[in-house]
Amino acid sequence: MTDFLGVPIPVLLGQLLLGLINGSFYALLSLGLAIIFGMLNVINFAHGAFYMLGGFVAWYLLSRLGLGYWWTLIATPLVVGLAGIGVERLLLKRLYRMDHLYSLLLTFGVALMLEGLFRHVFGSAGKPYPVPTLLSGGLNLGFMFLPMYRAWVIVVSLAICLITWLVIERTKLGGYLRAATENPSLVQAFGINVPLMLTLTYAFCVGLAGFAGALAAPLYQVSPGMGSSIIIVVFAVVVIGGMGSIGGAIVTALALGVIEGLTKTFYPAASSIAVFVVMVLVILIRPAGLFAREA
Amino acid sequence: MSEPALLDVKDLEAWYGESHVLHGVNFNVRRGEVVTLIGRNGAGKTTTLRTLIGIVGKRSGSGLLGNVDLLKVPPHKVARHGIGYVPEERGIFSKLNVLENLLFPPAWKTGGMSIDEIYELFPNLRERGATPGTRLSGGEQQMLAIGRVLRTGADIILLDEPTEGIAPVIIEEIGAALRILKERGITIILVEQNLRFAASIADRHFVLDQGKVVDEIPNSELDANMDRLNRYLGV
Repeated sequence: MTDFLGVPIPVLLGQLLLGLINGSFYALLSLGLAIIFGMLNVINFAHGAFYMLGGFVAWYLLSRLGLGYWWTLIATPLVVGLAGIGVERLLLKRLYRMDHLYSLLLTFGVALMLEGLFRHVFGSAGKPYPVPTLLSGGLNLGFMFLPMYRAWVIVVSLAICLITWLVIERTKLGGYLRAATENPSLVQAFGINVPLMLTLTYAFCVGLAGFAGALAAPLYQVSPGMGSSIIIVVFAVVVIGGMGSIGGAIVTALALGVIEGLTKTFYPAASSIAVFVVMVLVILIRPAGLFAREA
Repeated sequence: MSEPALLDVKDLEAWYGESHVLHGVNFNVRRGEVVTLIGRNGAGKTTTLRTLIGIVGKRSGSGLLGNVDLLKVPPHKVARHGIGYVPEERGIFSKLNVLENLLFPPAWKTGGMSIDEIYELFPNLRERGATPGTRLSGGEQQMLAIGRVLRTGADIILLDEPTEGIAPVIIEEIGAALRILKERGITIILVEQNLRFAASIADRHFVLDQGKVVDEIPNSELDANMDRLNRYLGV
């Protein structure tokens, strides 16, 4: 048995791995998107742009400043997080009391401007980013070849998602965050600085997107369009998982990555719409999303 | 009467968007006293509490607590001055259980009650720790909302209509608990429509009408002033 439904096993596993990699990026991005929606009530269309920004920051730090990959991985989320603080403090904050539509339009505008700016300055072509030497090469698992860098991406993404989920669901700080989504003015009346908490939440989540961008740099090239091409799928993930459900976003992201990979193996023509077919089905059957909490 | 006020509220004004809802509210409360804000619906009682806490958008005037003006304190720091807010809608967090709700607000001052003391004050809450907060009856949620701020060491409690929509038996229990708090020296500013309940615990009543305090009646003179009061309340 080297075949499964006519597909050689190594090819199948290779596609599964690719699916998991994509799923890891979807998870890092949709996690942040779900938290921002849950806590700030903002549909953050700029999320893909922050992911792209992360890629460029990583590329710039390496190619212009000579900062190594590992330092880049720490510095990039900080830089992108700071950019997030700027956007939240200067712009988003003013829209919290208004309809969702306003913050959606604002963040969409921010995304278009960022993308346009980077296209103007750096051109549309992708910038290469080398795989760090420590993670180059791969493991021969016997049935397939596992590139080290890909394994690292999956492990570190999952670890970060899990830690974030634990902090939000199981700690006092997470409790304040969850309560602040329910009744911000009362949480504030209890002495908690809710506006600061919201700013930091936004910064953390876009910092995660930036981190994902840095992580993606050695795998895909860094280009101005990288954010807008991934963000639509990420939105689909959040809708399928249930807007604002953090655990749901993580699980859905990985599952969809795998579904996409499998579709690519068995019916390549449908691979780019697989996620949206799932989304349509979920919306028909369970409009609030698979993991939405009952009100 | 010579004892100085613990909290002295002067010329409080507040706006909700364009509409000017408080037009100069003046009242004060002494340490360990229970005062009520009474008045018709829409007179500005709840808004007065919300203005002191900092929940309304635009406000002016002062609320002097010693030499601290609560209106100059950022909203998230008001609680640190020992102000405990129990909102009209109770504000029990549905995603937290009873115990988590009790433990939720940070204790900013020492001398707050322990969980055991809170259970002693409100026996209904004991054994209910793991129940989701919003599964409790209205009266029990009210007890939870009051108990929640007692843990924080708050010594001035702003209590908004604790008897609204609550069964008479539970109202009596809440009244008994408030009397115990008063004996412990806690100061209470009570917004209340239920005059009988208010009279059973308050020292003084401030009557609000159209966003202003229009009268002050000591509880001991309440009976003598019933006609006047009923006129204000439009009964």
